[in-house]
Amino acid sequence: MAKYTLSVNNKAMSVEADEDTPLLWVLRDHLNLVGTKYGCGIAQCGACTVHINGAAVRSCQYPVAAVGAGKVLTIEGLSPTGTHPVQLAWEEMDVPQCGYCQGGQIMAAVALLKTHPNPTDDDIDKLMTNICRCGTHYRIRKAIHLAAGKMTPKAAKV
Amino acid sequence: MIGETVSRRNFLKITSIAGGGMLIGFNFLSDNLSAASVADAVFSPNAYITINSSGLVTLMAPNPEIGQGVKTALPMILAEELNVKWDTVEVDMAPLDPKFGSQVAGGSGAIRGRFMPIRKAGATARVMLISAAAQQWGVAETDCYAEDGFVINKASGKKLGYGELAAKAATLPVPADVALKDPKDFKIIGTRVHNIDNKKIITGQPLYGMDTRRPGMLYAMVARPPAFGKAIKSFDDTETRKVAGVKNVVMAHGVVAVLATSTWAAKKGRDALVTVWEDKSPGESTADHDAQYTSLIITKSDRPGRVDGDVDAVFAKGGKVIEAVYELPNLAHSAMEPLNFFADVKENSAELYGPTQIPARMRQEVAKALNIPEANITLGMPRQGGGFGRKLQADNGVEAALISQAAKAPVQMMWTREDDMQGDYYRAGAMYKMKAAISADNQIEAWHLNGASLGGGSAMADSFPAASVPNFRVDTHSLHSNIQTGPWRAPTSNIVTFADESFMDELAHEMKKDPIAFRLELLDKAANTPVGKVGYDINKYRSVVELVAKMSNWGKGLPKNVYQGFAARFSFSTYAAHVAEVTNTNGVLRVTKIYSAINCGRVVNLSGAENQVQGAILDGLSHALFSKITFDKGAVNEKNFNTYKFMRQKDAPIEVLVQFVPTEDAPTGLGEPALPPIAPAVANAIFAATGKRYRKLPFELGKA
Ligand code: FES
Ligand code: FES
Repeated sequence: MAKYTLSVNNKAMSVEADEDTPLLWVLRDHLNLVGTKYGCGIAQCGACTVHINGAAVRSCQYPVAAVGAGKVLTIEGLSPTGTHPVQLAWEEMDVPQCGYCQGGQIMAAVALLKTHPNPTDDDIDKLMTNICRCGTHYRIRKAIHLAAGKMTPKAAKV
Repeated sequence: MIGETVSRRNFLKITSIAGGGMLIGFNFLSDNLSAASVADAVFSPNAYITINSSGLVTLMAPNPEIGQGVKTALPMILAEELNVKWDTVEVDMAPLDPKFGSQVAGGSGAIRGRFMPIRKAGATARVMLISAAAQQWGVAETDCYAEDGFVINKASGKKLGYGELAAKAATLPVPADVALKDPKDFKIIGTRVHNIDNKKIITGQPLYGMDTRRPGMLYAMVARPPAFGKAIKSFDDTETRKVAGVKNVVMAHGVVAVLATSTWAAKKGRDALVTVWEDKSPGESTADHDAQYTSLIITKSDRPGRVDGDVDAVFAKGGKVIEAVYELPNLAHSAMEPLNFFADVKENSAELYGPTQIPARMRQEVAKALNIPEANITLGMPRQGGGFGRKLQADNGVEAALISQAAKAPVQMMWTREDDMQGDYYRAGAMYKMKAAISADNQIEAWHLNGASLGGGSAMADSFPAASVPNFRVDTHSLHSNIQTGPWRAPTSNIVTFADESFMDELAHEMKKDPIAFRLELLDKAANTPVGKVGYDINKYRSVVELVAKMSNWGKGLPKNVYQGFAARFSFSTYAAHVAEVTNTNGVLRVTKIYSAINCGRVVNLSGAENQVQGAILDGLSHALFSKITFDKGAVNEKNFNTYKFMRQKDAPIEVLVQFVPTEDAPTGLGEPALPPIAPAVANAIFAATGKRYRKLPFELGKA
């Protein structure tokens, strides 16, 4: 067991955990931030996607000890009122079915739009690699295009 | 607390009305007890609807929500008949209670079975609110009407809100028979309504069983047999108990459970267990199953599913006979949310909360396993991260309850993905031998399907083209196995449609007929000169075939490198026809576009319905392209998503266009029917693109 002070959603949070504990379980079990989901545990599905210093990472394969001073952003912290342009686009396209994968999908999409503010279908093909068992791929693609349209260059840097 | 069985406020309301058909309930125990809340009259003519004096309308969603959209669609039907604005209502998930009728997620049955009863429940409340207003104004009921949460006096134009009428309505007798709305006046049914939980989903709020957190709760991870046929012989937990956070190790339900203060500690503890497994029955391998299928599909069954005419006599004549063998793999359910369940078992009572498609049976089985009366067990249902049939089994809840009982602690039982893959009730693989005779005048004279599958049925005896072919026979065989199999989205249809509809395409090409014109010709035959029982509605079947042909501009004006394939299926009372387009870019094939026509009667939620069809198509396509489960001596080879593969965006069609046949018919199921025809539609498009016939799933196109 070791003590960590993590920056999560712009707040300092202390946890005591084994250093090999994946960030996913620290978020879910220690910090009660359950919006980040477990799907596979082997960095395949993306349900556990969070941002560290703005980049998307799969938190199930990211040991807490490696976070250091990195700024962790989870789906809960994406916007205070759930009105990030990507969240709004998800609502407008009515993307979710079971919804379990969608937090991870949104975090992946936000990261994608940072590097590709106007993504082509090719960009989406390459950079959206999360799994959705319910088959919402078509609506996700449309929602990403919609969000790109909504986002001012400023919003893209959130 | 996350994941309460039912919010306290509503629990009180419900208990207050449980005794009689209707009475005024007071929130005496409300969290913010005040004079106002004590005086809060609640009008609740039935279990589904509660209206309080401030006008808040709460609708109960009775059926488990596994992503099929019923938590939105069923309350929409209530709101429609109640005449309230959709964006003013609150929707709560109902707990398990007989007053909500059959609470099941399966067989695409929720909308089909509940449409009329739920409309009646809504209409009853509306009629009573109108009566209350009429009495208050001293006018006839016919002089009043209800709209958007108000009753309006036709003559004076005066309005009373439902909240103002709640106290009075609560004193009126519940009418036995009420007039339903004329569908032409529907304002909510048939519109695009968004998933009721969207806001919570996109902000990561706790919604799922996996998110359950209770005071004193321990996380449990379980060591389960590594292969079918094996059982625990002994274990040593010395190292496990040294893991920080591990609190207990118990044996229950034939498995060893490690309980800890976090998921990770439970997992580390479980991984540190030393287990010895013994063989109880032989471990089976996929190669053994395939060998058995191969011999079975050339054997007649003693009890054929259907026999019209005499297929053998026709084949013996020595005309043109076509044969093909189709193969489908076992599949896992692999809902994105792995299995889990919360149980808090006390001396003679229990609280259960978790993902299940069959809450009533879950409670029965838990009651039996614990030896605690059902009446002392509560069961609440979270939103579920997929179901697909896996949660028609009760093993997750029973296991959690037995662990909680043994450990005397509230337990959140967690399966890893690997546990979920090895512990499934799989979609059984199948093999089919298809054989047809073509007459001298270029008609199908005989059709013979001979199928074998691991457990369960492998064919629907009366499905199309039955009744359109003079000599028709269906034989099926099932293998007995110690590998668990069970229903998986669109059971039986999800295997046999690949054989039926691919073979149909083969015959069309053989006979040099357009695949769609060929189907329509057979449907005409079934209509005009039916042979035996007709097990489908010919006009509805035709409606989707014709609509999808039109939508896709079938066979016309395609770019040079784009090819189309067609397939259709009737299942769960709904008709689905797809045209798949495959694009060939320098030899690399991609399914780029799907057109889909559906006849499911009246559509309740247009957005949700389209989402179900698009989802079933993409789900079916994903499995057809990539997924298979194989066994090696009872152990699953594909243990996680690195080997059990799913479609990602790069493999997904760019467009999935859905249209519903406009109809006034009662709504039918939609969670499953669009899945079965997608694999053959794509196989037929691949044939059009390459001249190569893919008769085995998954296609694994890249590997060709
Ligand atoms: S849970 Fe992390 S990628 Fe699947
Ligand atoms: S919405 Fe269910 S897994 Fe994506």
